[in-house]
Amino acid sequence: MPKLKLWIDEQEIEVEEGTTVLEAARGIGIDIPTLCYLKDLNAPAACRVCLVQVEDRPTMDCSCVLPVSEGMRVLTHTPAVLEARKEMIELLLSDHPFECLTCERNLNCELQRLAKRYGIRDLQFSGSRNHFPIDDLSPSVVREPDKCIRCRRCLAVCEYYQAVGIYRMVERSFNAIVGPAYNGSLMETPCIYCGQCITVCPTGALHEQDSTARVWEALRDPELHVVVQTAPSIRCSIGEEFGYPVGTPVAGQMIAALRRLGFDRVFDDCFGADVTVMEEATELLERFERGGPFPQFTSCCPSWVRFCELFYPELNENLSEVKSPQQVFGVLAKTYYAQEAGLDPERIFVVSIMPCVSKKYELLRPEMNDSGRRDVDAELTTREFAQMLFQAGIDLRKLPEEDFDAPMGRASGAGIIFGSTGGVMEAALRTAYEWVTGEELKDVEFPQVRSDKYKDAEIPMGDLRLKVAVARGTGEARRLIEALKKGQKEYHFVEVMACPAGCVGGGGQPIYIETNDWNEQVAHRSRRSGGLYQLDRQMEHRQSHKNPAVIRLYRDFLGHPGSEKAHRLLHTGYHSRRLYAPEPLPKKEHKQRVPLR
Amino acid sequence: MAVKTDPEEKLYERLDRALKKYKGKPGVLIAALQEAQEIFGYLPRKVMIQVANRLTIPLSEVYSVVSFYSLFSTVPTGKHRLEVCLGTACYVQGAEELLRELQDLCGTEPGKSAPESPFSISTTRCVGACGAAPIVKIGEELHGEMTPEKLPSLLEELVKE
Ligand code: SF4
Ligand code: SF4
Ligand code: SF4
Ligand code: FES
Ligand code: FES
Repeated sequence: MPKLKLWIDEQEIEVEEGTTVLEAARGIGIDIPTLCYLKDLNAPAACRVCLVQVEDRPTMDCSCVLPVSEGMRVLTHTPAVLEARKEMIELLLSDHPFECLTCERNLNCELQRLAKRYGIRDLQFSGSRNHFPIDDLSPSVVREPDKCIRCRRCLAVCEYYQAVGIYRMVERSFNAIVGPAYNGSLMETPCIYCGQCITVCPTGALHEQDSTARVWEALRDPELHVVVQTAPSIRCSIGEEFGYPVGTPVAGQMIAALRRLGFDRVFDDCFGADVTVMEEATELLERFERGGPFPQFTSCCPSWVRFCELFYPELNENLSEVKSPQQVFGVLAKTYYAQEAGLDPERIFVVSIMPCVSKKYELLRPEMNDSGRRDVDAELTTREFAQMLFQAGIDLRKLPEEDFDAPMGRASGAGIIFGSTGGVMEAALRTAYEWVTGEELKDVEFPQVRSDKYKDAEIPMGDLRLKVAVARGTGEARRLIEALKKGQKEYHFVEVMACPAGCVGGGGQPIYIETNDWNEQVAHRSRRSGGLYQLDRQMEHRQSHKNPAVIRLYRDFLGHPGSEKAHRLLHTGYHSRRLYAPEPLPKKEHKQRVPLR
Repeated sequence: MAVKTDPEEKLYERLDRALKKYKGKPGVLIAALQEAQEIFGYLPRKVMIQVANRLTIPLSEVYSVVSFYSLFSTVPTGKHRLEVCLGTACYVQGAEELLRELQDLCGTEPGKSAPESPFSISTTRCVGACGAAPIVKIGEELHGEMTPEKLPSLLEELVKE
C-alpha cells in the first residue's frame, strides 16, 4: 500500500492509503471519541461524536469513515470541533432516559463515559422523548429500546458475525429504532440467545434476564440443598470484575467466594464436561460403526444447537445427541449425587454459573428434566455472579484458595479447556485417540486445533484419518455447512461455538469497553483462554477417561459410556423450529418508572 | 359436495409463484413486496413472513423496507390511497391543516385500517415537488397547490372514476 502524508493537529505523519483519519490520529496518541464505530464490524457513521475539521472543507466530518488523503490537514480539537461533539452528545442524551443509577450498565456504559469526558452538565435540547415498550419475554435477552442510541452494533454482530439477522432499522422518522421486525419481541424471532448483541451494545439497552433474585431466594431457603457448578471459563474471567489482569486464573478464590455466598456444595461443570466427552467420543465411534451420518456436530453450545434446529433442521441428526455439560451436570446432581449423598432430589437446587445467556434458555427446554424434574434450576452469568459478590461484600482478592467439593468437583484438564474455542474438539480427541488406537498419547495436546486462524485439520488415528473442523460463531458455521452441502468439504467431527473465541467470549462475560476495534475485542476475550490452557497443564489428569471421579461415576452408577442409563439421562433429541411467530405475543405490563428529572 | 376452495389459500399460492422469480437475486425485495401488495392489497404479517422465508432473508429486513416506504401498507387500505406530503416545504405551506381536513372528510386517519371506506390516508416525506407545495399524492399522480377547499371536489372525482 502506498503511503500518504498528512497533518493532524500540525503534526506531520505518513500512513497507509485507506486508513481512516480516526485511526491515523490514534496512531499518534490522539484519542477521538467514538460511540457507534467498532472497527472491522460496524461503521455506519450514525452517532457523529467523532467529528473533526479538515482544512478547506465547509463542514465537519466523521473521522471514523473519512479516509486520509495526500496533504490533508486535520484539526481534532478546535473549540468549534469540541462544541460540535458536545452538541452531538447532548442530542443523544436529550433522547435518553436518565436512569443511570438503576441501569445494568451503570459505570460501564460508553454513553455515560462520554458524557463525563465532555463534562456535560446541562442539556440545551429538550423535546418530547419517544417511549418504546421493554421486551423481556425471552428467557435470555432483555431489550430496553428507550436506552438505544441507534448505533447499530447489535445489528452488525447479529448479521455479520452470527448470520442470524434479528435487528434492522425499523419504522421511520421519529419512530425509527433498531429492533426486530415490528419492533416486536425477540421471542417472535429466530434469535439464538447468544447475547453477543449485549456484549457490543454501548449502553444498557440490551442485557440479560436477571436470575440473581431467584438464587438469593434459594440460598435463603433452609429446606433447600443448593449446589453450584461453575463453567470452565468463569475461573479465568471473574477476576476481571475484581481488577485482576484479563485471563488470570482465580479458581481457588472463586470457590472460596461461592462457599461464603452460602452454597452447600461447590462443584465443577468441568466434571460435566468430562462426562460429555465420554459420551460424545463414544457416539463418534458408533457413527463410524454405523457409517454416519457425518459430520458429527458438537452440541454443548445451546445457541449453536438452536441455530441448527432453526436454519438447518435437516442436519439435526448430525448434532451429537449428548447434552451440554450444564445439563449433564444438572441431571447427575439430581440422580447420582442425590443417591450418593442420601438426599431427596426434590430438595436439591442446582445453580450454574456460566459465561452465557443462552444457558438460561437451555435449562428451560422442556426435555431437560430427565431427573424427573427440572435438572438445572437457575443460571447466573459471570456478570451476575460478580454482582452477587459485590452485594455480599465478598472481595475475591482477599480470599484464600480453596478446592472444589467431591465427587462432582473433580475434573480433568480436558474438561477445563472446554471453555475455549477448539477445546471441546481437543478434549474429545484426547479420549477418542486412545480408544481408537489402544495406545497411550505421549503428548495430550493438539496444537493444530488451537490457533485462532485454524479452520480444519486431519488427525491420524491408527488406520483412520479423522477430518475435523472448528467454527467460531454461527456465521462461520453457516459458511461451513454451505460448503458441506456443495460437497466442497467433508468432515467427521465439527465443533461449533456461537461466541467469538468460544465461551471465554460468551454473552454473559464481563463487558469490556476499552476498545472500539472488534478484533481487539475478540483478542481480549481470547486472553481468558490462556488461563485455561495454563490450568490444564497443571492438572494431574488431563484426559476425561482418566479422571478418577468419572471412572467411579461409570463404575457405580452409569455402567459404561453409551449404556442404556447413560442414554436415558445424558442424551437428548432435537426439533425443527418455526422461524417467526405468526402472531405477535402479548406484551407484559410494566410498572411506569419514576422519571428522575 | 363441492370441494371448498379457500380464496386466501389461492392468494398464497399466487404469492409463491410470484416469489419464485426473485429467489436468490439481489436487490429484488422492493419489487417482490410490490407484487405481494398487488396480490393482497396490503402486507399483513403472514405475507411478510412468507416473503422472508421464500427469499431466505430475515423478516427484520422485509419489515424494515415495508415500514420505511410509505407506498407499502401493513393494514387493509381503501380503494384510493391518498398520501399527504409532510416534507418541510409542504409543511410550511399548510400540509397539517390539509391532513386534518382530509381525515374529517374521509372519516379515517393515517395507518388506520380502512377496508370499508373508499379512501385511506397516509403521510409521506418530500416527494420532490416542493415548488407546488402542498402536495397530495394519489397513486402515482401528484396534486399540487392543494387547499382544504379543493379537497371535496377531488374526492368526488375519485369516486366517480
Ligand atoms: S442474542 Fe444473538 S441471535 Fe439474538 S439478537 Fe442478539 S446477537 Fe442476534
Ligand atoms: S440496542 Fe444497543 S447496540 Fe443496538 S443500536 Fe441500540 S444502542 Fe446500539
Ligand atoms: S459459545 Fe459458550 S457462551 Fe457462547 S452461547 Fe455457546 S455455550 Fe454460551
Ligand atoms: S459516527 Fe464516527 S463513531 Fe459514530
Ligand atoms: S416537501 Fe412536499 S414535495 Fe417536497
